[in-house]
Amino acid sequence: MGNKGAKGRSLIRSDATQKLLAFGSLIVLIIVFSLASPNFFKFSNIVSIVLSTAVNGVLAVGVTFVIITGGIDLSIGTTMTFASVIAGVLISFWKAPVLVGVLGGLAAGALVGMISGSVIAKMKLPPFIATLGMMMITKGLSLVISGTKPIYFNDAKAYSRIAMGSVLGDILPGFNIPNAVVIFLLMSVLASLILTKTSLGRYNFALGSNEEATRLSGINVDKWKIAIYALSGLFCGIAGILMSSRLNSAQPALGQGYELEAIAAVVIGGTSLNGGEGTILGTVIGAFIMSVLTNGLRILSVKQEWQTVVIGIVVIFAVYADLLRRRNK
Amino acid sequence: MSDVLVLMEGIDKTFPGVHALKQCRFELCSGEVHALLGENGAGKSTLMKILSGVYSKDAGRIVYKGKEVEIPNTKAAQDLGISIIFQEFNLIPHLTVAQNIYIGREPRRGVRFILNEKEINEKTQKLLDMMNLDIDPRAKVSELSVAKQQMVEIAKALSLNSEVLIMDEPTAALTDSEIDELFRIIRDLRKKGVGIIYISHRLEEIGIISDRITVMRDGEYIDTVPAKDVTTDQIIKMMVGREIYVTSEATDESANNEVVLEVKNLNRGKAIRDVSFKLRKGEILGFAGLMGAGRTEVARAIFGADPIDSGEVFVNGTKVNIKQPIDAVKNGIGYLSEDRKQFGLMLDLNVELNTVIASLKNYSKLGWIDENKTRKDANKWVEALKIKTPGLEQRVKNLSGGNQQKVVIGKWLTRDCNILIFDEPTRGIDVGAKSEIYKLMNKLAAEGKAIIMISSELPEILRMSHRVIVMCEGRITGELSYKEATQERIMEYATRRL
Repeated sequence: MGNKGAKGRSLIRSDATQKLLAFGSLIVLIIVFSLASPNFFKFSNIVSIVLSTAVNGVLAVGVTFVIITGGIDLSIGTTMTFASVIAGVLISFWKAPVLVGVLGGLAAGALVGMISGSVIAKMKLPPFIATLGMMMITKGLSLVISGTKPIYFNDAKAYSRIAMGSVLGDILPGFNIPNAVVIFLLMSVLASLILTKTSLGRYNFALGSNEEATRLSGINVDKWKIAIYALSGLFCGIAGILMSSRLNSAQPALGQGYELEAIAAVVIGGTSLNGGEGTILGTVIGAFIMSVLTNGLRILSVKQEWQTVVIGIVVIFAVYADLLRRRNK
Repeated sequence: MSDVLVLMEGIDKTFPGVHALKQCRFELCSGEVHALLGENGAGKSTLMKILSGVYSKDAGRIVYKGKEVEIPNTKAAQDLGISIIFQEFNLIPHLTVAQNIYIGREPRRGVRFILNEKEINEKTQKLLDMMNLDIDPRAKVSELSVAKQQMVEIAKALSLNSEVLIMDEPTAALTDSEIDELFRIIRDLRKKGVGIIYISHRLEEIGIISDRITVMRDGEYIDTVPAKDVTTDQIIKMMVGREIYVTSEATDESANNEVVLEVKNLNRGKAIRDVSFKLRKGEILGFAGLMGAGRTEVARAIFGADPIDSGEVFVNGTKVNIKQPIDAVKNGIGYLSEDRKQFGLMLDLNVELNTVIASLKNYSKLGWIDENKTRKDANKWVEALKIKTPGLEQRVKNLSGGNQQKVVIGKWLTRDCNILIFDEPTRGIDVGAKSEIYKLMNKLAAEGKAIIMISSELPEILRMSHRVIVMCEGRITGELSYKEATQERIMEYATRRL
């Protein structure tokens, strides 16, 4: 009897340790930057941090599902852009209502994800290669469809309010938190629930942990893989809408590079690239660590080129720390 | 034993290049434990994989409970009530016991895609209680011992209301008390009318637990006999098609030879506690003990695969500092690990490369490999060790277990190792190949090599060892000469907790 209790407690301890470490690092960073510059801990700067986390955060949350399967998705950045371009075409070229444009963008993201998933599940291509190909395809298509020029949403006033408006502020005056932030947090909570409480989440861990055993247990592994990549694609669509809403334009040349930041956030948050384990909370913390770092370094007037150097070093050490923690389990 | 549950007739199966099953036959009654025997490559696993839906048959028919059925996939087999427990378990390591048992058919809460975690855990607890198992439904499967994992597999099969349970080498990784526990459960199932197909190489167990025995050889059905009507020799003859003479081979000729390896006060946490012993030239030193006694840990420590807290190792009288395997190898020590597939071989590479891989420096000038030399030496070992392979280019993963093991031995012999540590050398190897490995070990000892043989099979220990060292929970609890060694005395030392 005592043995059962001990097992349960040690499981909690090791997962909680990891989250605590990640969260603790975040707090330490915030403290360090706050001490280093009075401009850091201002309300407007905090809002700026959270806002810039929103887009990358949504992307990171979505790709967490894929990484838990032990796969990877290099196309999330360009798919995000592709979704925003589709929305732009629908709204600005074809004068469709904003809602239709948004749904079109989301559908575009999900469709790209579904195609990636199908190529990986049915054609048995390694995820790295399949999504590398999709990345190039969506990047090219974005440029083709948009005519290589940005698409502006000037005529659709409602569009920029998707991310930058504040529904919260309308209801509770004084709480002018941009919608993008709220959407990010809501999607994170939803993703966490999906991951832990639904069959999709369960099979996600199962096929990441031991795909063959899952298949032999009578589960349609191919179907669920496709669903997971499609879900990740949907999140790319959401990120695309948020980003283009912030910029009030769909920028076809943007996007590539975002995937590496998102994957870095997932990995810093403690999710293993080998699959089988991971949490949304970890990803969210990882995303915040990335944006706090970027923002803090900028406030300290560190040159932009050096920022990526610092972030790269952080990623290496974060994953190493996690490796050590895992080894001691 | 009553109604016929399963009848397989005329089963034929061909894989590219291999006619695996030729007109095979198998019959299982309800409430029966039916052993399926045969050398590696005889086709037993293939036949059972067809019955459980993993493979599809090319010809023949399967009659289940009087009706002819098709079993195109594992789900179809499950729906019929046929479950298989593979030798390498089919569990998902990151999920809990309960999650594994109910994977794919989790009880839902309200909406169809939300899982009812509470119910999953409750149902699992009931199942485990019914089987009298002390396992926490919430424990992660990867953190359970091998024996407990196997129990989880059985529990999963039971929860599927299986009427046919196929067990492939169920006791390979279990201690004797765990085997007793397993047999208790099997007997319970038999009483309930479940038909159990039991594949194993351990002939002593077959005699204890089975009602009938079916023997296969080279993809063909040989015969079915009641278990109590056959002797072990008769079974072996059916399996192998030839007589194998089993004699005791231990000697004490090495008792006065020089000491080639001496270990003094080896310590590593709780796994190795103050271990000291000597190994002589030409000796086969058996290491007996229960699973987890620390024997593999000692071997790995000597070999430099794991660090040690304290202790000294002397090779040929000189103290050596072994921090990594390369240090051990340089001192002439070779280690054949327990799990040769994971740790001993590069499965995708060919026989030639696997044989010379530990000695490449001797075959290369300035980094360039002399392929004539490697080919010649690899061929020499293939002949000397009688490795059955179509050629040196054959990928090692395509060889049978026994031949794979010989390739690993060849690797260390190529490196001119004089001290060989064999960890469970005949695990998963059929009777015919086993006796070849024994012959080989004796030959090596006669040539002056010093051998440590770690084994959990007492008959093997008793047959081969010149001397036996018994370990329990990290300590050496007894040392016996081959004359003194009996199953009872070894067991006594193996369970003596100091």
